[in-house]
Amino acid sequence: MALTTPARTRADRPAHGVVLHDVRRTFPTPTGGRPVLRGVDVELRAGEIVALVGPSGCGKSTLLRQVSGLDIPDGGRVLLDGTPVAGIDRRTAVAFQEPRLLPWRTLAQNVALGLPAGTPKDAGRARVAELLRLMGLEESAGLRPRQVSGGMAQRASLARALARNPGVLLLDEPFGALDALTRLRMQDLLLDVHAAEPATVLLVTHDVEEALYLADRVLLLRSLVAAPDDAPSVARVIDVPGRRPRDRADQRLAELRAELLEGLGVATHHVRPGDADDHHSI
Amino acid sequence: MTHHAAGTGPGPVTDHAGRPLRALNPFDAARDADAVPAAAAPGEAPGARRPRGGFWSRPVVRVVGGAVLPLLLLGVWHAVTTGGLVPPYQLPTPLSVWDAALDLVARGQLQTHVAISVQRVLVGFVVGAAAGLVLGSLVGLSRAADVLLAPLLGGVRAVPSLAWVPLLILWLKIGEESKVTLIAIGAFFPVYTTVAAALRHVDPHLVEAGRAFGLRGVRLLQTVQLPAVLPSVLSGLRLALAQAWLFLVAAELIASSMGLGFLLNDSQQNGRVDRILLAIVLLALLGKLSDSLVALGERALLRRYA
Repeated sequence: MALTTPARTRADRPAHGVVLHDVRRTFPTPTGGRPVLRGVDVELRAGEIVALVGPSGCGKSTLLRQVSGLDIPDGGRVLLDGTPVAGIDRRTAVAFQEPRLLPWRTLAQNVALGLPAGTPKDAGRARVAELLRLMGLEESAGLRPRQVSGGMAQRASLARALARNPGVLLLDEPFGALDALTRLRMQDLLLDVHAAEPATVLLVTHDVEEALYLADRVLLLRSLVAAPDDAPSVARVIDVPGRRPRDRADQRLAELRAELLEGLGVATHHVRPGDADDHHSI
Repeated sequence: MTHHAAGTGPGPVTDHAGRPLRALNPFDAARDADAVPAAAAPGEAPGARRPRGGFWSRPVVRVVGGAVLPLLLLGVWHAVTTGGLVPPYQLPTPLSVWDAALDLVARGQLQTHVAISVQRVLVGFVVGAAAGLVLGSLVGLSRAADVLLAPLLGGVRAVPSLAWVPLLILWLKIGEESKVTLIAIGAFFPVYTTVAAALRHVDPHLVEAGRAFGLRGVRLLQTVQLPAVLPSVLSGLRLALAQAWLFLVAAELIASSMGLGFLLNDSQQNGRVDRILLAIVLLALLGKLSDSLVALGERALLRRYA
């Protein structure tokens, strides 16, 4: 999904730094509260891509929802550029695992939904057209969501999020439901978009390789159900080496991949270089 | 996936026998649109695409086919009455019913009866449906309104329509208000029930997406929730219209000096079976006609939104 026309950089839209300070979230259940997030202290630098990985139910999506304002923490603070998030924040935009497009609207009309309130009509139309071109959807602008493939719908969903000119882009497993090849293409598309319109990106993913390919840092969350009472949600922070675009077969990434998978409790049968020479790790 | 949300509602639109009405179903509209690219199968000439179901789906067949049984019935009616099988004081001939109609038109009465009945149905329907839309939205969207209002309205719905008549006459006298109010009560409940139920089942993912992009309150309702429940709202409106005709006759049978219900009652007193049949045929025609008109609007809206 190479870009033919690189989008202009938008200097009017700065990326925002994000600070989460001692964030705590507990879900009420009939048998008492179930802790989902505890002691989350994270700082995202402006323009950084950070991936959240962890076992199912560890609170990855919940953490993302604290930043978007779709959910409110029970304790702690979430700050964007120093000001607290209260309710749905104009400076953030979300793309969900499902495209969640309105079925009765065309792709272009769906993308327009993301435009900030009060955008002048002409500017809005131009911006939607620009985003559709960026996503390679200009031919499909007039189609309804059910008339396009899952990958196209997901690109429209990403375009809708970008239409908001977010300083922080929140992606909740955006490529999780796509087939393997489409997913790889979408990852490169996301990097192109990030290069053209750098926002701070918080990405929830199940896919360790995706996290290592895209992110500057990977946060490994633990499930609090089996954890000791005082253990914080963030189990590890991994700085990913190398500049993007990265070589998917990079040996250092393979090492980190094995490390992360072991952190997730998955046996990798990984053989470190030097242990044997006829094994391939990826 | 997301497009399920479009079909959220009480299910396919059905006719009185419970069979799905093909052209009116949002699900069929969706399939039609999907079928467009696939329809140009290799080897098939353009325009040769046959509607699903073949013979019985052709527009001409549907119009002519729908008229077959009523015409047959008319023929049988004519045969048994002119052949002397049934005495005319029980069942007059179709021609004498036609003559009764011409006679009433000549006196200028039939037009009045029809006009006043149509007016009552329209006013009652609009008032009742509007109230149903507002209260249905409230109960469907707000937990508090659901807790406070739903049980009361459920109780009111359980009261048979005729039970209201003595009270309405006592309070509103035998004027237009009492009849229109009764019809509005009849039109209210189908709309209220379908809208409230459908709004409760709008895909929460879509609503959350709308919220995430800054939509709230009335704008969220306009942009996400109402379009999502449009198919249910429309079938609720059609039910409400049928119910309005039902309640019209109930209102006019009991206390009125004009209208088709009055014509029925008055003709019973005078033993004019031909006029009774005339009123029944007119009610059938007007009811079907108004339903077809709403169905046309429904189709246009669904093509645009579903």
